[in-house]
Amino acid sequence: MLAKRIIPCLDVRDGRVVKGVNFIGIQDVGDPVECAKMYGRQGADEITFLDITATHEGRKTMLDVVERTARQVFVPLTVGGGIRTTEDMRALLRAGADKISINSAAVRDPSLVQQAADQFGSQCVVVAIDARKNQTGGYSVVINGGRIDTGLDAVKWAQQVYKLGAGEILLTSMDADGTKNGFDLPMLNAVCEQVGIPVIASGGCGCLEHFSQVFLQTKADAALAASLFHYRELTVGQVKAHLRENQIPVR
Amino acid sequence: MIAIIDYGAGNLFSVKNALEYIGLSYTITNAPEEINKAGGIILPGVGAFPAAMQMLKSHNLVEILQAQAQKKPFLGICLGMQMLFEQSEEFGITAGLSLIPGRVVPMRPQGLKIPHMGWNELVVSHPSPLLAGVSSGAYVYFVHSFCAACEDDYIAAYCEYGQKVPALVQKGYVFGAQFHPEKSGEVGLLMLKNFGGLL
Repeated sequence: MLAKRIIPCLDVRDGRVVKGVNFIGIQDVGDPVECAKMYGRQGADEITFLDITATHEGRKTMLDVVERTARQVFVPLTVGGGIRTTEDMRALLRAGADKISINSAAVRDPSLVQQAADQFGSQCVVVAIDARKNQTGGYSVVINGGRIDTGLDAVKWAQQVYKLGAGEILLTSMDADGTKNGFDLPMLNAVCEQVGIPVIASGGCGCLEHFSQVFLQTKADAALAASLFHYRELTVGQVKAHLRENQIPVR
Repeated sequence: MIAIIDYGAGNLFSVKNALEYIGLSYTITNAPEEINKAGGIILPGVGAFPAAMQMLKSHNLVEILQAQAQKKPFLGICLGMQMLFEQSEEFGITAGLSLIPGRVVPMRPQGLKIPHMGWNELVVSHPSPLLAGVSSGAYVYFVHSFCAACEDDYIAAYCEYGQKVPALVQKGYVFGAQFHPEKSGEVGLLMLKNFGGLL
């Protein structure tokens, strides 16, 4: 049976991991390659780098980070953050990324999803959707870290990117993100029901039970977490042991 | 020396990275003399079957690969595995390399998502030198929408995804992995090491 995936996410700025503290047994806690290797050893099913660099030079640094990671970590590697064109994507894929995650650029120009799927195959196109509950009881897509409400309905947007050829959806609840109160299960259900591609749950997990909840109560295929793993509150291994105890298939 | 076949489509770099990591020597090539000289061949592949076969043809690689596959260990990965068969139904019927009897058909797993993407469990059904140290229950990483349809005799390992999906096929020293060993963590690296051990 297909395993549910656990995906640690590393925030990278100018080639260095942001928030990386307290790692035991790592030579350089700021080095994304070292962090990715450690997650690989813990049993991460995939690793995501989120590039939060603002400068052009920093972006070039990211290519080097991806290249060095791909030489030492042998699970799929996803890169997101600031990707605007198929040229950006090509460069990252050539450097060794397996998947590219796009967010605001897809909202601004939905045809980018189709171009990416045509050129590189749907399997490497992840569309990241950040959404927040709105007054009508639905969910609105937000961009720029939640600062701009696009007015788009998140479920409709998910369906649209699915039809345009996205291979996966990374769905982050801006309401749940940072709360540690658990994933946004109603929002995940609303999206999972409407698309025929894998959905990665993100935002809100604070303890082991949140991981079993998201897999038992939604059709999410994977769960992504950043700070929970960064600050060693939990290891990937602990999450998987917990899921196994709950009869959820994991690698 | 393993020849990684460079025909313009494929996950060349991740295969290269994995071989480098486990210390196997390789060359990335489409030159006949290098392929003839190599101790083994890896045929990677990502994308659509007809386009990939067309690229093999335009690089004049079809006959040389067919001939060399009789002489040395040969491993096709993902689309490279599918090209080992006689034909594929992806976008019409296209002939493959015909190194293993069988064809490539669309997957229709009842109620499950396509592509079949993620980590799935191997069920070992025949002994294989590539599976030394690998047992049923080992997880490997898949990304595909079509799969092989062939006699059970050629299936060394399969996985369950709404149907029985051939995962590792073999005929003599011709092997095909539907999954990506180069992205399947320790288990995948072990299989590549096992392949290197056959050279």
